[in-house]
Amino acid sequence: MKEESKDKSKETKKRNKSLIIDGIKYKTRLSPKYEKKKKYVAKDIRDITAFIPGTILDIFVSTAQEVKKGDPLLTLEAMKMHNILRSPIDGKIKEIKVKKNTHVVKNELLIVLE
Amino acid sequence: MGLRSKTLELRKRMREAASGGGKKAIEKQKAGGKHTARERILSLLDKNSFQEYDLFVKHAGRDFNMDKKYLPGDGVITGTGTILGHPVAIYAQDFTVAGGSLGWAHAKKITKIMDHAIKMKIPLIGINDSGGARIQEGVNALAGYGEIFYRNTLASGIIPQISVILGPCAGGAVYSPALTDFVFVVDKVSKMFITGPEVIKTVLGEEISMEDLGGAKVHAETTGNAHFYAESEEACFEQIKQLVTYIPWNNEKKASPYPAKLPNTRKYKIEKILPANEKLPYDVRDIIKGIFDASEFFEVMELFAPNIVIGFARLSGKTIGIVANQPAVLAGVLDVDSSDKAARFIRYCDAFNIPLVTFVDLPGYLPGIDQEHAGVIRHGAKILYAYSEATVPKLTVILRKAYGGGYIAMSSIHLRADFVFAWPTAEIAVMGAEGAANIIFRKEIKEAEDQEAMRQAKIKEYKDNFANPYVAAAYGHVDAVIEPKDTRKVLIHSLGISDNKEVDIPKRKHGVPPF
Repeated sequence: MKEESKDKSKETKKRNKSLIIDGIKYKTRLSPKYEKKKKYVAKDIRDITAFIPGTILDIFVSTAQEVKKGDPLLTLEAMKMHNILRSPIDGKIKEIKVKKNTHVVKNELLIVLE
Repeated sequence: MGLRSKTLELRKRMREAASGGGKKAIEKQKAGGKHTARERILSLLDKNSFQEYDLFVKHAGRDFNMDKKYLPGDGVITGTGTILGHPVAIYAQDFTVAGGSLGWAHAKKITKIMDHAIKMKIPLIGINDSGGARIQEGVNALAGYGEIFYRNTLASGIIPQISVILGPCAGGAVYSPALTDFVFVVDKVSKMFITGPEVIKTVLGEEISMEDLGGAKVHAETTGNAHFYAESEEACFEQIKQLVTYIPWNNEKKASPYPAKLPNTRKYKIEKILPANEKLPYDVRDIIKGIFDASEFFEVMELFAPNIVIGFARLSGKTIGIVANQPAVLAGVLDVDSSDKAARFIRYCDAFNIPLVTFVDLPGYLPGIDQEHAGVIRHGAKILYAYSEATVPKLTVILRKAYGGGYIAMSSIHLRADFVFAWPTAEIAVMGAEGAANIIFRKEIKEAEDQEAMRQAKIKEYKDNFANPYVAAAYGHVDAVIEPKDTRKVLIHSLGISDNKEVDIPKRKHGVPPF
């Protein structure tokens, strides 16, 4: 464990030394904010996630159920508003990751479609 | 009763009203390493220069038995005074009185001193230390904030406005500092946020400490809300005093001149600081110190977006606003934060008649998905807008790289810089030699027997012909190529002849900058 974190810090140090722009490698320091930035992950349209943290008030679908684009999937209560999340595609419910009356954080995976 | 006894009564009343929230509350304030509101004002202002107003104002709360309560000064001290001889209007919220909460009378005292500052055309300093709106006063507390925000906006660009966060400043209250020109924060003392850690925990289930959410370091380094960061209140007051000497009293005046001083060119030998290899870093602040008076540079927003450097210095005793790419961090690129940082500073200098000197050495804009998605297009546009709009004297020195969009953005002649100078080390080109050679000579490289040898040959060819200041100089995009050692002399000369600069701007209500 210790060895691993040591390796990691070495790697960070190495990375900190340069920045490539238009194919040219510049020797430079990185800013703390730049180092903290998260890697981009492309979003899969079939993953229904919480766009805001809140509570699951109601789930309208069950596993293996066929859904049409626009069908309501669940109600997410946040900031005193009842938000109905709808299916973005015609498809089938592969997995429901949450239960009624549970709290979810932002970007938490709620339902997987297929 | 005679004059003597009436005077004694006045003194008694003044003592009472100036006592703040009492011994216990004051002890608590001090235990937290904080000074009282009155101590803060007195240590910031010149000795015996403070004149207080509205000491006897009573609070306006009528509901919830508030009318039976006495709140000395209603939790805020207001007045005028001088800092190193410069007149200022000042207010300081008193946390020992009802937590420095803002009610109608408290707000009225603040707006009254703001109105004075606007009328008398003197800088305004607000010291914030308040628990927020006084809930018992309901909508009148909100009205008070609104009246303050309106005046902050009205005063913007007319008088310098300085906010000092010396305690909590939460919820709506944060928007007064946010509307002002300079925000000062102190480690472990300042706390700024819209919603606090407790609300975030209950509503969102996310846990974060007060310090990590809205402490001084966060605002100085990450959010960019703060311009000056200090370890202690005393150090913060010294920063404020220094700032006041650099800026004018209002938008119709110039900053007060100081005796000219030579830079320490032995310590900061500018020909030695800059590596000729454009891929190597250096600290651009050393170049600045090698050029300006007494090698003094008063940096603004030092910790936020350190890939660009902004701040004040003096040239022949006159205040100058400096913008410089910093090759030591992120190769000096423009990005969302650095564009935002520089643009607002340029607009500040322009509003207050402070000439701008820009030092250019950047490879372009920072590539990245996060940058594109964070809106580097609209944030990057701010810097173009700010330079184009500014009518104060604008001088530019291209030290080394000036590539592509970065060249245009950094106070180029096309955005109406008055004089653009380039060092012989300048490379003013559409992009770096490697990138350009790969595109222009793609066919030759592809068809060559030894592709790598051809690539290197073509890079060298491009470098020899285009990576210099002479192509731009041949078209007049650069006014003069100068020897680095002459930079100070040249800048003093151009600044001198720009003193009466006038620009005709088409009549309009206001522009629509990209913010």
